[in-house]
Amino acid sequence: MLKEYRTVSEVAGPLMVVEQVEGVKYGELVEIEVSKDEVRRGRVLEADGSRALVQLFEGSAGLNLASAKVRFLGRGIELGVSMDMLGRVFDGFGRPIDGGPQIIPEKKIDINGNPINPYAREYPSEFIQTGISAIDGLNTLVRGQKLPIFSGSGLPHAALAAQIARQATVLGTEEKFSVVFGAMGITFEEADYFISDFRRTGAIERAVLFINLANDPAIERISTPRMALTAAEYLAFEKDMHVLVILSDITNYAEALREVSAARMEVPGRRGYPGYMYTDLATMYERAGRIKGRKGSITLLPILTMPEDDKTHPIVDLTGYITEGQILLARELHRKGIYPPIDVLPSLSRLKDKGIGEGKTREDHADTMNQLYAAYARGRDAKELEAILGEAALSEDDKKFSKFADEFERRYVNQGPEENRTIEQTLDLGWELLTLLPVRELKRIREEYIEKYLPDTESA
Amino acid sequence: MGEGRIVKVSGPLVIAEGLGNAKMYEVVRVSEKRLIGEIIEMRGDRASIQVYEETAGLGPGEPVYTTGQPLSVELAPGLIESIYDGIQRPLDKIKDLVGDRIERGIELPGIDYERKWHFEPRVKPGDTVEPGDILGVVQETSVVEHRIMVPHDVRGTVRTINEGEFTVLDVVATIETKDGTRDITMLTRWPVRRGRPYAEKLPPHVPLVTGQRIIDMFFPVAKGGAACVPGPFGSGKTVVQHQLARWADSDIIVYVGCGERGNEMTEVLMDFPELMDPRTGEPLMKRTVLVANTSDMPVAAREASIYTGITMAEYFRDMGYNVALMADSTSRWAEALREISGRLEEMPGEEGYPAYLGSRIAEFYERAGRTKCLGSEGREGTLTVIGAVSPPGGDLSEPVAQATLRVAKVFWGLDATLAARRHFPAINWLLSYSLYLERLEGELSKTVASDFADLRREAMRMLQEEAELEEIVRLVGIDALSIKDRLSLETAKSIREDFLHQNAYHEVDTYTSLAKQRLMLKAILDFHHMALDALEADVDFDKIMELDVRDTIARMKYVPENEEERLNSVFQEMKTAFSDLVQAAGGEEVA
Ligand SMILES: Nc1ncnc2c1ncn2[C@@H]1O[C@H](COP(=O)(O)OP(=O)(O)OP(=O)(O)O)[C@@H](O)[C@H]1O
Ligand SMILES: [Mg+2]
Repeated sequence: MLKEYRTVSEVAGPLMVVEQVEGVKYGELVEIEVSKDEVRRGRVLEADGSRALVQLFEGSAGLNLASAKVRFLGRGIELGVSMDMLGRVFDGFGRPIDGGPQIIPEKKIDINGNPINPYAREYPSEFIQTGISAIDGLNTLVRGQKLPIFSGSGLPHAALAAQIARQATVLGTEEKFSVVFGAMGITFEEADYFISDFRRTGAIERAVLFINLANDPAIERISTPRMALTAAEYLAFEKDMHVLVILSDITNYAEALREVSAARMEVPGRRGYPGYMYTDLATMYERAGRIKGRKGSITLLPILTMPEDDKTHPIVDLTGYITEGQILLARELHRKGIYPPIDVLPSLSRLKDKGIGEGKTREDHADTMNQLYAAYARGRDAKELEAILGEAALSEDDKKFSKFADEFERRYVNQGPEENRTIEQTLDLGWELLTLLPVRELKRIREEYIEKYLPDTESA
Repeated sequence: MGEGRIVKVSGPLVIAEGLGNAKMYEVVRVSEKRLIGEIIEMRGDRASIQVYEETAGLGPGEPVYTTGQPLSVELAPGLIESIYDGIQRPLDKIKDLVGDRIERGIELPGIDYERKWHFEPRVKPGDTVEPGDILGVVQETSVVEHRIMVPHDVRGTVRTINEGEFTVLDVVATIETKDGTRDITMLTRWPVRRGRPYAEKLPPHVPLVTGQRIIDMFFPVAKGGAACVPGPFGSGKTVVQHQLARWADSDIIVYVGCGERGNEMTEVLMDFPELMDPRTGEPLMKRTVLVANTSDMPVAAREASIYTGITMAEYFRDMGYNVALMADSTSRWAEALREISGRLEEMPGEEGYPAYLGSRIAEFYERAGRTKCLGSEGREGTLTVIGAVSPPGGDLSEPVAQATLRVAKVFWGLDATLAARRHFPAINWLLSYSLYLERLEGELSKTVASDFADLRREAMRMLQEEAELEEIVRLVGIDALSIKDRLSLETAKSIREDFLHQNAYHEVDTYTSLAKQRLMLKAILDFHHMALDALEADVDFDKIMELDVRDTIARMKYVPENEEERLNSVFQEMKTAFSDLVQAAGGEEVA
């Protein structure tokens, strides 16, 4: 029998102090019996002599100092894992909420995980076809990469993430990705969008969902992404599956973190977020990757809504410092009716170079990527100039680039939420758009590829 | 050894009682799991301990054992080609021992105690030696000769010394000192927080040639200098560091990945054994030591990793080598400092960083330098330090960047706008600086060509002029510019695109020798001068812009180093092209 304490001396916000305790360990899981039929959970944040500081996951409402009974469980927070998790929906703390039976765990795993030895990592290099040109063609995703979507409120990041989850495949294999979805503080409607989409397409069969909604306890969502990543690690590195993890929304997660930090009266870093937020986010994001000698992989797509579309906001900034690039959604493109509204210029996949080219996508991929990129950048500049000085100020070439930029957004970036383009289609579309430009301007492409791939046009 | 009891655990910080005899910065073992920690504060018999491993599961009442030793690294043959964590535990051996993930309480020496090395004496019995003298050497890798030095506290006469196969723990020599005979092994230990001694510090005067054009030509760092690379995320700090680790003409590279991505270390591990050093023709790994404390590894060890790395670097410097240390990123180290400081409830300074942040940063960069080493030989060694800085939001007004700028002599400021335009390396040429420029110029003019400094100056002037001209164009349009100004703009563009822009992933472009750098810049500027002359001779501006030779210049970066003739032919091509133009223009006029 575990010892029970009725010595709660203080409850404030998400924190609770228990006195006269013995043998309490840092980080251990705590059960608080609030009433006969309600047990809540917490975690030891500080073990100081006979005093324990506990973080409450489900809040302190209704908690009575005199009657609460506290038990220290002698272990960290664990997730019971098994293959039966596939197709199931859990709450943010790993309890089934889909009306199905309890999971009989094959084993229990501490949700904090252990760091991957960098010596054991395999460098991610296998091309993932998402069917979305702006990603596949210009910001290529590879298996084992961590690539966040920087979005803003009201932008279609959910649709984009769901589309990637639906369409992602690795060329040459018919293998589908398993999806682990971790929802932190998103609305019922948004969560429902994902669940319905997974049901509709049958993806639910290979999905595990952890859902903490906006009206669920905020502190609980501190453990939600770790639950999701623990499930993903089990599937990837023990069951050889390729797992796509979608975490939405990291902004809500970071706010929960700030709440705990503020309650502890820690010295805050930027905008009140705790100084250790970089480390905290890194211990999650770094769980993505490939490991030598293991078949499976974890590809991680965290979604962040940038407060005020501000890329320098600490949550966004710190994420950018940890992940391997970013996909940036732009309000301006969204307003123009372009879906997905991916702004390719500030977007970047840092691992693209090792995932493209002959044998992976096509020999001309790198060259055309650079060319499209440069041409679009120049087109945008030309459009800016045009806006200030009028069209007459543009040279003949610049006019072509300006037109190119429009067409590029309209035909290359823009596509249907159900449209699944092969990498050949994406590359060919790129070539087609390049015919809008004078051939002599295609400096970034090798002659031989121009001869081989550039379509003939009458105008030329 | 003493024993205390834990009274408090809060993240990486543990407070223990009953440690009245312990010393500051002493290493302790925490709990029966024997986690490694270091004492960072003493109050009476209470010690604050930063623990280098995850502390979950520790609690009050558990024991703490003192060791009497400060946090040290082991220095001996076997360092090169190793990959260590922040406190010198070998990551490859950890993998063999416990698998893919790093577990707690692993105890492994940083050096292989069993491996035998061929030791070749350089002194003989009867010779008198002093600290720093070289007793003998071991060929550690195909390019590194590991020099076994007389320890800093030993002085006397060599009694025995033997050639042969030894482990690092075997006695290779004995020295008669005034306090008796000392056995010398190839292994020494050194506390990481104390710089290794040298005879004298000297001003740096030789450039570290990196093969990176914007660095070597415009913002060079001296061997023994200190440089910093601040920039927002994705601006290319890591690529710059990797490029320097690859191509810098340094004898030894120590690369410290401090709180950054696991995959970036994997990339080095994957590439370096394959890439060949242009100077030795041997794999780059043969001169490299890696220290990896990635962002998911315990935060306190991140704080230590920088010191672990620099102590190893100093050790090779003491042998008389040119050593370069890259630390990516020092901001993560500072954040670790901040986290521990916060848990100690110290009074915070700016942005929560401890008040001593500035002095810690200064101490670290001061360990760089060109030095006269200990030993009667008077050999010289250099240690160059290059630190990445990751300021929040790319804003350089924050404390870590500011403290760094006060001590680093070279500033390569990475620019988000350039990076977003995929102009790499995104080093902003108007903001960056090198305080070594004047001192190195003489040397470069001597070793490369006498016009080296002049070319640099003229090119920099054109870039500055470009910034002013562009302002005008933005306001009133290009038509407001004179033809000469338009030419200047084109030349500046050529300097940017054909010279400064350098693709790290292109097999030729990734490295450019000084001689080729000079040729490239000379071609661009010669073109400018000839074009000016041609304009004087009434040649049409557009005709000049259409010249094919501009393409040849733009493509010089892709011409391999050994095709000198092809590189040089551009000058003839240019001459011919311009004289044709001028002739044609002159001809028309006459007609
Ligand atoms: N010299 C270069 N040549 C080609 N590409 C480059 C070069 N420098 C940077 N890049 C591109 O920029 C990307 C980001 O560079 P890097 O990883 O060095 O950024 P960083 O400043 O270290 O970012 P972080 O702070 O997030 O670690 C690279 O993945 C690469 O695509
Ligand atoms: Mg980096």
